[in-house]
Amino acid sequence: MKHSISKWVLPAYSALALLILMIPIGYTFVYSFNDSLKSNITWRGFTLDKWLNVCNVQNGAVCEAFGNSIFIGVVATVLATTLGTMIAIAMVRYRFKFRSQLSLFLFLPMATPEVVLGAGLAAQFLSIGVPKDMLTIILAHTMFCISFVVVAVKARVASLDPALEEAGRDLYGSALQVFLRITFPLLLPGILAAALLSFALSFDDFIITNFNSGAVSTFPKYIWVSAARGIPAEANVLASAVFILALIVVVTVQVSGAARAKRLEKLHHAGVN
Amino acid sequence: MTTDTFAESGADLELVGIHKRFPGFTAIEELNLTIPAGSFFALLGPSGCGKTTTLRLVAGLEAPTAGRILVGGTDVTNQKSFQRPVNTVFQSYALFPHMTVLENVAFGLRRRKMADPLGKAHEVLRLVELDHLASRRPQQLSGGQQQRVALARAIVNRPALLLLDEPLGALDLKLRRQMQLELKTIQEDVGLTFLHVTHDQEEAMTMADTIAVMNKGRIEQMGAPQELYELPRTAFVANFLGQSNLFTGPVVSTTSAGVAVDVAGHKIVVPAARAHRTTGEITIGVRPEKLTLHSAKPIHDADVNVMGPGRVTDVSFSGVSTQYLVEVPGAGTLIVFAQNMTFGSDVKFGDEVWVSWGVGHGFGLDDDPADAPRFEADFDTRSIAAQRHLEGA
Repeated sequence: MKHSISKWVLPAYSALALLILMIPIGYTFVYSFNDSLKSNITWRGFTLDKWLNVCNVQNGAVCEAFGNSIFIGVVATVLATTLGTMIAIAMVRYRFKFRSQLSLFLFLPMATPEVVLGAGLAAQFLSIGVPKDMLTIILAHTMFCISFVVVAVKARVASLDPALEEAGRDLYGSALQVFLRITFPLLLPGILAAALLSFALSFDDFIITNFNSGAVSTFPKYIWVSAARGIPAEANVLASAVFILALIVVVTVQVSGAARAKRLEKLHHAGVN
Repeated sequence: MTTDTFAESGADLELVGIHKRFPGFTAIEELNLTIPAGSFFALLGPSGCGKTTTLRLVAGLEAPTAGRILVGGTDVTNQKSFQRPVNTVFQSYALFPHMTVLENVAFGLRRRKMADPLGKAHEVLRLVELDHLASRRPQQLSGGQQQRVALARAIVNRPALLLLDEPLGALDLKLRRQMQLELKTIQEDVGLTFLHVTHDQEEAMTMADTIAVMNKGRIEQMGAPQELYELPRTAFVANFLGQSNLFTGPVVSTTSAGVAVDVAGHKIVVPAARAHRTTGEITIGVRPEKLTLHSAKPIHDADVNVMGPGRVTDVSFSGVSTQYLVEVPGAGTLIVFAQNMTFGSDVKFGDEVWVSWGVGHGFGLDDDPADAPRFEADFDTRSIAAQRHLEGA
């Protein structure tokens, strides 16, 4: 009896959980095809107009916000990943003064509520007289992304056998060659993961951005503002597009990884025989 | 030496007055060492004795606090690691996981812009019989294969000096024996100077022409394996390289033939030529396999030392031989290795026995007896086991 219950309870529970998680995504996707007027709440019929003319509404405000978010995300990611990787390597490989204090300071942005961080930063920009624009957003995002990059890359550096770099030096590699040919390629998976995380964090950050953006609009900010009077279907289009793009990337990586594993296995069997 | 030529043959290595201090402790103190070109030299010692630090100093991975390092007469003390004509086989192999076996082997050649790096890499892979796996990644190889790739990656550069940092430590016993012979063969083939660091005394004795036994940052004794084994100079060497029965006592008479020592009432004679000290309190010793057990007191013979009667306190059978522990009142516990020539054992636990050995087999130590341990059973195996444990963790 117990056996037969356990047979359907888990699948049913999992299916229900997945369904609940998928509803908002499904809703967003479906309503991107809604032939809506001002608000996108009631279903008014199917159309491809919103997908085809995504940038034509409200003088392209949706697209401008989206573009800003991408730009900020890319710049903040490049800055945070570069600085964060350097900090991570230094913290694992070298012993220096205030190393443990640095570790604490890097942890703080992750532990502090975003409201506090955003407001505090805004106050500092105000007091030193920096006007709030794209630059302040990029600085703010770089700041909190660095913490996540350091954590992600540090784990990777710590697992890297120092003998590998020593072997590189021993085999006539200069410091730069050893970094480019050994350290960097071996850290790359960690660095890429950190970069993706930074971009995702920067792209959908609202709270800190809202405090430090001035008149500049970002995608989350646009959605927030327009939520009050009805989010236009164009926002659904962009959100769906991002979701589909991410899905394609994940599936591609998984499929190519599986194919490579299969190939290696084949090679291994061939070598044994 | 980033020239585009290979070293023609091995080069001498000279260490002059090397000191190495780390914050809080001294790893090496006044080390002077010359390793002639083309030799297979082993640095043997327990963990923490400074042998790996010595290797890292030669490789350029650490800088000495004082002293000079010369390779083939050229002072390389201030050269960076990648400028030295020296290559290392690391304990962990340190193969680059993101490159194929072939690219691993070609790495050094490419950095030095040598002509035809892949051809040379294939050639050396054929030497270690792994050319058919050239396109694999290191993690797809077995431990023994990885070890051979690490060796190939180093010798393909024809370094004047090849450094081996316990490269066989991670292999199982059978594979280790096989690799020891292969390494030795390759060394003879390519004629390079090998500096091999190990804590495994059997490995050092099997492979090296010359062994230096290191302890606490200093070299205790240096010489051919046989010389070190048969005539250890200090108690440390006597117990680290194999096992020894050591006794301390005052010299009672000295003739041209031998030094007689009183050990708990037994007169033990050591040949004068094999004794480092001939007066006062001295420590003498004999190897366990040189001892013979008797169930009755042997007839007096001037060429044979006799101790007894004692009691057998332990018998352990190990296939080729049997190890007996014999407690002799006043002299301590003696280890006796007896080859198993007959079925079963004549001597049993608790039996009363006499122990004898030829006078010529004894040796006298140079140590101050005050420092020398009276007897340290199984010192080497325990320290090796402890070290393996540490390294495994």
